[in-house]
Formats: sequence, structure tokens, C-alpha cells
Amino acid sequence: MSKIGVFICHCGENISATVDVARVAEAAGQLEGVAFSTDYKYMCSDPGQTMIKQAIKENGLNGVVVGSCSPRMHEPTFRKACQEAGLNPFMCEMANLREHCSWVHDKSEATTQKAIDLVRTLVEKVKLNKPLFSIQVPVTKTALVIGGGIAGIQASLDIASAGHQVILVEKDPSIGGHMSQLSETFPTLDCSQCILTPRMVEVAQHPNIKLMTYAELEKLEGSIGNFKATIRKKAKSIDEDLCNGCGTCTTKCPTKKIPSEFNTGLGMRTAIYVPFPQAVPNKPVIDKENCSYYQKGKCKVCEKVCPTGAIRFDQEDELVELEVGAVVIATGFDIMQPSGFPEYGYGKYKDVITGLQFERLASASGPTLGEIRRPSDGKIPEKIVFVACAGSRDPAKGVPYCSKICCMYTAKHAMLYQHKVHHGKSYIFYMDIRAAGKNYEEFVRRAIVEDEVNYIRGRVSKVYEENGKLIVKGVDTLLSAKPVEIEADMVVLASAAVANPGAEALAQKMHVSYDSYNFFSEAHPKLKPVETNTAGIFLAGACQAPKDIPETVSQASGAASKVIILFSKDELSRDPLIAVVNRSPAPVFSTCVGCFMCASACPYQAIGEELITNRQGKVIKKVAKVNPGLCQGCGTCVAFCRSKSIDIQGYSNEQMCAEVIALLNHE
Amino acid sequence: MKIGFYPGCSLTGSSREYNESLLAIAKEAGIELVEINDWNCCGATAAHNLNKELSLSLPARNLAIAESEEMDELVVPCAACFNRLVMTQHELSEKKDLKKVISEKLQMPFKNEIRILNVLQFLEKHIVPRLDQLVKSPLEIDVACYYGCLLVRPQNVMKSERFEDPMSMDTIMQKLGANPIDWPFKTECCGAGFSISKTEIVGELSGKIVRNATGRGAKAIVVACPMCHSNLDMRRPAIDSYLNMKMDIPVIYITQAIALAMGLTPRQAGIQRHFVPVNLTVNR
Repeated sequence: MSKIGVFICHCGENISATVDVARVAEAAGQLEGVAFSTDYKYMCSDPGQTMIKQAIKENGLNGVVVGSCSPRMHEPTFRKACQEAGLNPFMCEMANLREHCSWVHDKSEATTQKAIDLVRTLVEKVKLNKPLFSIQVPVTKTALVIGGGIAGIQASLDIASAGHQVILVEKDPSIGGHMSQLSETFPTLDCSQCILTPRMVEVAQHPNIKLMTYAELEKLEGSIGNFKATIRKKAKSIDEDLCNGCGTCTTKCPTKKIPSEFNTGLGMRTAIYVPFPQAVPNKPVIDKENCSYYQKGKCKVCEKVCPTGAIRFDQEDELVELEVGAVVIATGFDIMQPSGFPEYGYGKYKDVITGLQFERLASASGPTLGEIRRPSDGKIPEKIVFVACAGSRDPAKGVPYCSKICCMYTAKHAMLYQHKVHHGKSYIFYMDIRAAGKNYEEFVRRAIVEDEVNYIRGRVSKVYEENGKLIVKGVDTLLSAKPVEIEADMVVLASAAVANPGAEALAQKMHVSYDSYNFFSEAHPKLKPVETNTAGIFLAGACQAPKDIPETVSQASGAASKVIILFSKDELSRDPLIAVVNRSPAPVFSTCVGCFMCASACPYQAIGEELITNRQGKVIKKVAKVNPGLCQGCGTCVAFCRSKSIDIQGYSNEQMCAEVIALLNHE
Repeated sequence: MKIGFYPGCSLTGSSREYNESLLAIAKEAGIELVEINDWNCCGATAAHNLNKELSLSLPARNLAIAESEEMDELVVPCAACFNRLVMTQHELSEKKDLKKVISEKLQMPFKNEIRILNVLQFLEKHIVPRLDQLVKSPLEIDVACYYGCLLVRPQNVMKSERFEDPMSMDTIMQKLGANPIDWPFKTECCGAGFSISKTEIVGELSGKIVRNATGRGAKAIVVACPMCHSNLDMRRPAIDSYLNMKMDIPVIYITQAIALAMGLTPRQAGIQRHFVPVNLTVNR
């Protein structure tokens, strides 16, 4: 005999504004098998949970339906409350009255009626629920960190320092990411490399960190605590054990005119190369696309000059399988190429560059050794115009969001220029100055007041070349409100920060969600900023949204702490919502006929065979058996089973039928 | 082939040569442009500054007439008329309620489904594919293609990807044997309606356009908008006084350029109607 309690939540006004919650509670109270029904403003709050616990005890409830938000949000909350009141947690179900009803419909009688229907279906389901018990699985205490920028570096060091193993995978030949390309950092103007490179070395030397550069994730299977990752180690064409990083090969390589990625095309590199002198590991790779030997079959100069014989032209990509318990995604961001803005002349005029290129010009390790010289003729520019929001906050042609870092780095760029070229003049066209952050506003003020950077509030409409000057046409929208024309020597575009080109494919490989801009989605925008919707996979840094260094480092440490929490237990509880093959009394034993269609359909290789024997040990029947450690509860086998012998616990055929019938029996 | 044709007021007045040259090249290409019956004002700048419904009803009536004459396409050569018609079509297809209101005012069937073409779209679709056979005297000169503001805008309606640096006119001019120069003033403002009220502003804005085109070696400016044409051509005294020098670069419609390249006489192309004499060194 069912004694079910129904608890309808107002969710503040989220549900009650469009659904008549009191009527839903009242209607639920009339249903057969419902012993208690009520509504309350915040069911998830402490008084709300107490109300559920009390009702269970006072009314001897053996099932609970909470009509509130999505189970994604609060199912664990309510199941835990039920457990504390002595009820098996799997006897508690949620009717999603918010995402599935109040948020998507206007206030009306039909909306309330739909809420009642949703509750009724769940009541019918709970009547058939059976107590279930969590499955314990061991945790593999090794973390996989994808991306070796400052986010991946920080997360790796934190996890490794807590005593766990870390595998750090980086797609480029060196770790360091965008931060290694930067000159000075705002708001303190400390040199980016000076604060980053020691951490890169620490990564390389940490006994708990295994570094895999020039490698990418190929495949990820399994689930929290027990992932199986396949990593593609791209062929570096060198034997890393033999190579001592002497650099002879990179100086002798005859192919010297390849635009350097590290120097954003402002400098050149060779075909066998180390991206920058402070690279970690400081060993070269051969860029097959540009190597004469790989392209034309002739050269092999590097092999001839290598003193240790470390060159391996026949090396092939290697696939490595790894067992890991958690994954941190720290793949960073990219800069939008401003070619979609022909009015700015990027790509047409050499002296129109991006902010990242300016970083290289201002950096002591850059192509000009830190002197600000324009790319076309190497002259020191007397006038620079900086264009903020060159792509950001532009729904028509760029991206609608704010890239967040540009206001600050543009102020920094102008400041660095003024420090290096004292007689120079700098102008910044901006929409708004967004300098929210510790010491950020003060930094921008300093640029304006002390370094006399000219801030012009308005947009640039056109950049064109005339008599060797870049004419920047724009508008000053403040008091003077008039068109402005500046004859500049160089123009720097603060181009938008966008997701990495490979982000979407990576997200699909890992089954994590991503937004319409291909940034990875956090599980909850406020309360779960480093988790993804896939348990055991965490986010760090600008792969989630554009971020500056302090924010990236904080998030990386946050993600690391989530991994450490996961690794603090030896076993992990998993929901028992997995497939089971039925068993019945002799002489049937099971309705399974042993056709093993289910095994061929299972995407997780979770189905094996079981031999049913009699007391003498003689095999009577061969049936399918689900490995609870591998089963993900997807239900594919249920659909394939010809004899209806497999069910998902908690979502059995019988329960689903009861729900559908309840919906169809609409009064 | 029959295609609907909405001339608008300019083509029957100050820019008759645009009309003449367009009809002449269409005829050469074997296309009949059929002027729709009893068309009315597009509303121009005045209507949409004064009365929203009027600004939609006026163009909508023209669209409905073209539909009633069973036209699939309607060519609107004036950039301003085109903008009003295409904006009306866009707005009424987005807002069904508003379309109902306007349809009631029209008191005639109105589906709002006709395909509206500006002159460049018309040329690209119907004339360019035939140009190989029709070009008889290639225009071997440097030209500056000037688009102005309305041909490629607004971006969300026109779906143009390069509305800051359009190329469609340049491509057509290339096909005529001309050399379109690379210049930065393709979409700069000519001064538009200030032509009447503040002519000196037109002198300055159009002056910069004329100076840049001349400075970069263009021998003619090619346009596709009556407003642009009259500012660059008719307002040449204001331009000369702003620039403090006499500029003699001619301004021609793209349809005139095509007519000349097709070997039609300058009179068939309406060349004689300009203020700035057109003396192109067209061969032969």
C-alpha cells in the first residue's frame, strides 16, 4: 500500500508566478496512494527539507514526489533529505515543474493543469519504485590535465603537490600557452615570462607530473573515477632521450622563413624548431609541413649535424592509453583574426596589427627585443592608435560578448609604448572602459593621467593608407561630438577573444557541453563554475570564457581542489541506475534467452555472459550479465532485448508504462 | 523574360540617364523590364521620419501592385527606394501583426513574397552572365567604384558579408575590361540629403571622395545611386570650392558604363545629361 508524500515548491516566484501551486498540491492530495500533500516557497531550503523529513516520519510515507526544479539541480538534495528521514533515497522522485513547465509557458489554466499532470505521472512511477543501493567503485587517483597554459600549469602543480599523479597534455611543442607570449602583465607591469617560466620548470621537474607535449586527446571513455583516455603523441621526429637540447639542428636548418607561431608571424622560425628559448621541454620538433625532407625527400641537415644522433625521420604518431580518475580541461582561447573587418585594413596594411602581436613587439623575447618598431619598415612609430572592442561587443560582425581582457591590456599597451617612446603619442578609441578588478581602475587612471594616453570615446570607422601614414577615421562621441582623423604610424586592434578552433570537437570527444560560442559550459553559472555537466571533468581558465591571468589561476586552483576532493576517497558511490538482467525462480531462472544482441549493442562493452548451474555444477543456462562497474545506464540494451529481460533499475519498462498511462488518463 | 520595374521619382527626373541606360542594356540582353502600373512614392526620407504606418504602407502598396501583375522579381534601381521597399518587406515578414494592419490599409491582396532586386543584384543575376557576348568595346580605364551607404545596408537585412568593403560593382567593372582601383572611400557618406539644406557639407564630404578617387588615379567614379550621383556630379561647384581646385573626374552610373561597353552610343547611355562632362577614352 503506497503512502506517498507530494511537496510542491514555489521556487520563489519561478514556479508560482505561472502555476497555481496551491491547486497542484490540492489536486495531488486527491490522487490514490497520496497520503500527504503540501506546497512551500523554497522546498530546497532548510525549513523545506525539514518539512519533508517530518512528513515522512509523521505519516509513515514510503514514497516522495517533489514538484520543483530539474532533477539536475536538486535531486541529490531531496534524496539526501529522504535518506536522513529513514527512507531509501531512490524512493524520492522529482516532477520538473520549473524547466518543463513554468519557465516555458505563460500563466494559464493549462499551465497549472500540465503541472498537475507532471506530478500525477511521477506519483504513479513512485508507486513502482524499489529501494536501490549505491554502487561503490574504486577511484583511479591520476588526473589528466589537457592544455599546458597557465591554467593547466597551475592545476597540475596543485594536484601534484597534494600527492596525486598528473598527466599534463599539451598540443604544442612547449607548455606556456598565451601567457608565455605576453610582455608585461597588468596591473603591476611585472614581466610575464619572469613569473611564468619558473612555474613551467617546476612542472617539468615535479616527480608527480608526467608531461606530454606535442600530444592531443584522441578519445575519452569511462566515467568519473575511472576514465580511459587515449592520447595521440604526435611524432616529434626526434628521440627525446638522446636529444640534449644543444640547438645545433635549429641553427643549421636551411628552411628559415616559416612565420613563427610564437611570434604571431612577426618573426621567423626554422622547420626543426623550439618555439622559444625558454621552452619546456627545451627540445625541438620537426614541423613536417614545412620540412624539405618530408616535403621533397631531400635535406637531412639536422641529422648530419646532431651530435647525439637523435633525429628520427621514421618516427610515427603513437597512441597511448591512460587510466585516469579525473580530467581538467584547460585548453585556453584564441584571438579572432580581424580579417572580417576590412575597414580596419588588417592583412592589407602591415602596420595594422593585433593586440597579441603588439605583446610580441613589446616583449624582451620578441622579434624586436622589446623595442616598439613597426613591422613594415622597422621605424619607431611616433603615433599609435589602439582600437578597443575590435570584434567584441559587435553582434553584427564580431562576437556579442565582452572579451573582458582588452580594456586592461590596451591600457597596458599604451602605457608600455609611452614608457619606451617618450615623445610618442598614443590614442585609444573605446566604447566603455571596463576596469573592474583589484587595482585595475587605478591602472587605467595612471595611463590617462601620468602617461598621457589619449582616450577617445567612440568607434573607428575606417583605416586607410595615404602618403605612408595610416589615416584613422573615427568619432569622438563625448562633449565635442565630432569626427576625428588621426594620422598614425601604427594601429593596434584589440581583437576579440574566441574559443579555440578545436574546442567543439574536443567537447564532443569528452561529452561535455559547450555554449554557442564554443566555450565549454560550466555545470552551474554561479555555484558550479569549475565543474562540467559530466561528472569528473572540470574546467580551468579561458576555455570556459575569456579571462585574465589572476582569474584563470584562481579557477585552475578551484578545479584542482575539486580533483583533490574526488581523490580524497578510495571509493566512489555511483547511482545504481544501471541495467540488470532479470532472474526468476526455477525452472525458468531468467527470461533471457542468451541471444546476446544486448552485448553487441552496448556502447560500453558492459555486458558479458553468466552461466547458471545446478547444485551439481552442471550448466543449465547461459544468460547475459551486466557489469555494474562499466554500465552507464544508457538503456540501449533494453531497447534491443527481444524477450524484455533487461531493465534499467529505477527506470523499468513497468515504471515508464505507468508514467505514460498516467499521462494518457488525463481527466 | 519579363521582370517588374519600379523606377521611383529620381529615375523620371534628375537621373533620367540612369533609367535610359538601364532600359537600354536590359533590351540588349533580351530582358523586358515592365514598369508596374500606378506606382507611388516609396515614402523616401520623409515618411519614416513622420509616420511609421505610412512609411510601410507606401512601399507595401508598390509590392502588392507588382504581385498583382504576377511578377516574381521587382527591380528597384534607386538605392533609397530599394532600401525602403526591402526594409518594408523585411519588417512585415518579421511582424505578422503589423502586416495584417498594413494589408487592411492597402485593401488589396498582399503576400509580401516578391523578390526585390537592387541594381547590382539585377546586374549580377541577369546581365553579368550574358556580358561575355555583349561587351564589344571594353572600358580600358581605371575606375573608382563608389557604393555609398544604402546599397549594401542594413547588414542584417542584406546579409552582406563585406558591407564595409563591398566588391560586387568592382567585379562587374572588371568584366567590362575596366580596372577598379583599391580605395578606402567606397562606402563613405556623400552628404546625402544635405544637398539641399547644407550644400557646403556635401561639398566637404563628397569633396573628400572625389579627391581620394582622383588621387589614386581613377579616371571615372562609378555609382549606382541617384543621390550619390547628384552629389558627386551636380554639386561639383561646392566640391571645387571646398577643395579649392577644379576637379574634372566624371561620375557615371554603372548601367551607363555597361551600355558604353556594349557599344551603345553615348546618347543611348544618357551621357550628355551630366553636369561634369564625360570624356572617357573608350577605345573606338
